[in-house]
Amino acid sequence: MIPYVPGESPVHRCPPGRKILALVAAGTVLFALPRLDLALAAALLALAATGWLYRVAGIPGRLMLAQLRPLAWILAVLVLVQLALDGWQAGLLVTARLSALVLLAGLVTLTTRSSDLIEALQRGLVWAKPLGANPAKVGLAIALTLRFIPVLAAIAAEVREAQRARGLEGSLVALTVPVVVRMLKMSDDIAAAIDARSYDPDRG
Amino acid sequence: MIEIRQVGHAFGERVVLRDLTLDLTERRIAVVGGNGSGKSTFARLLNGLLVPSRGHVRVDGLDTRRDGKAVRRKVGFVFQNPDNQIVLPGVAEDLAFGLRNLGLPKDEIARRVDEALHRYDLQALADHPAHLLSGGQKQLLAIAGVLAMAPDIIVLDEPTTLLDLRNKRRIAQAIDALPQRAILVSHDLAFLEGVDRVLVFDEGRVVIDDSPSVALPAYEAMMS
Repeated sequence: MIPYVPGESPVHRCPPGRKILALVAAGTVLFALPRLDLALAAALLALAATGWLYRVAGIPGRLMLAQLRPLAWILAVLVLVQLALDGWQAGLLVTARLSALVLLAGLVTLTTRSSDLIEALQRGLVWAKPLGANPAKVGLAIALTLRFIPVLAAIAAEVREAQRARGLEGSLVALTVPVVVRMLKMSDDIAAAIDARSYDPDRG
Repeated sequence: MIEIRQVGHAFGERVVLRDLTLDLTERRIAVVGGNGSGKSTFARLLNGLLVPSRGHVRVDGLDTRRDGKAVRRKVGFVFQNPDNQIVLPGVAEDLAFGLRNLGLPKDEIARRVDEALHRYDLQALADHPAHLLSGGQKQLLAIAGVLAMAPDIIVLDEPTTLLDLRNKRRIAQAIDALPQRAILVSHDLAFLEGVDRVLVFDEGRVVIDDSPSVALPAYEAMMS
């Protein structure tokens, strides 16, 4: 997971709510255009604009490319399928459209502290309060997810190593059961830690 | 002052604390005992994370059963494993978590976060992801996150257990410098030599309550 990159650029200073809205708008436009030539032009333009925004934000090129790395295999398969079925223009459209969106989403997380992002989401969810939703709880759930994905990955790696030492590599049960047990124990401790720091979901 | 009156606690059928009556007034109090002796449960009673099955715990007159939220503002708690205590992904934003919960204004939150980052030499790591910190840095962040909330008393449950020697010393120095009253639960006896009072737990009871020069050797003899 690539963390927030501190900076004072206009992209960093842009309010998180506007960045999220821009991302949603870009996604909608890129997927809503019906004509292939228009859609392709828009996707290429979006890709170029995203590259320019990375420059403005002062994000190094290697970090920009790192956003696309997890997607590389999926992109390759999609392009091959499109090339075989619909020709090179469709292949190029899929590549440009998905790359532009992933890069834009990456730019939002690279230039926004997660606490600011969560705060913006909480504010954006205020309308759902009368429907029984609790934006503060939603915000905390997102924050905990972001915080504990790497911790869970580390736990899974530790358990895998321990099972390998006992000759149990490849056993899904031997991996899953200890990971789930540790996660449940951990969730009790985290709940206590959140309580200990005076968290009140009804305040948000 | 923390008043503990006829406190007992059980998890289902398992009794973990029996009939404790104590007044905790000293600046530094250590709690020691073997595994399963009840010391961690005792620590959790002090800031209302647990309410006793029997009896009362009061902090400056506030009952943990009735005034849990107010007690937690007075008594900060540092857990053994900082990984389970750091709630938000970034260092500075985790420091701000407790402060936001206190409902402080934004500029006051920013001031206190900045102060905590400087005090614990974490300023270069302000925007760093918490999961990439070293064990010692994580424990410092956990302590800083609690201290930024300016509690009157801080309870630390085995804060050095998972750390190497260098980080143990670092954390010991940080705790030594705390202006607050502190209650330290630990197996690390060297870490407890400078405290004012030691409570030794065994099978849910305080079996020794004395100065460290008397209590720590007696505890070592008990465990050998």
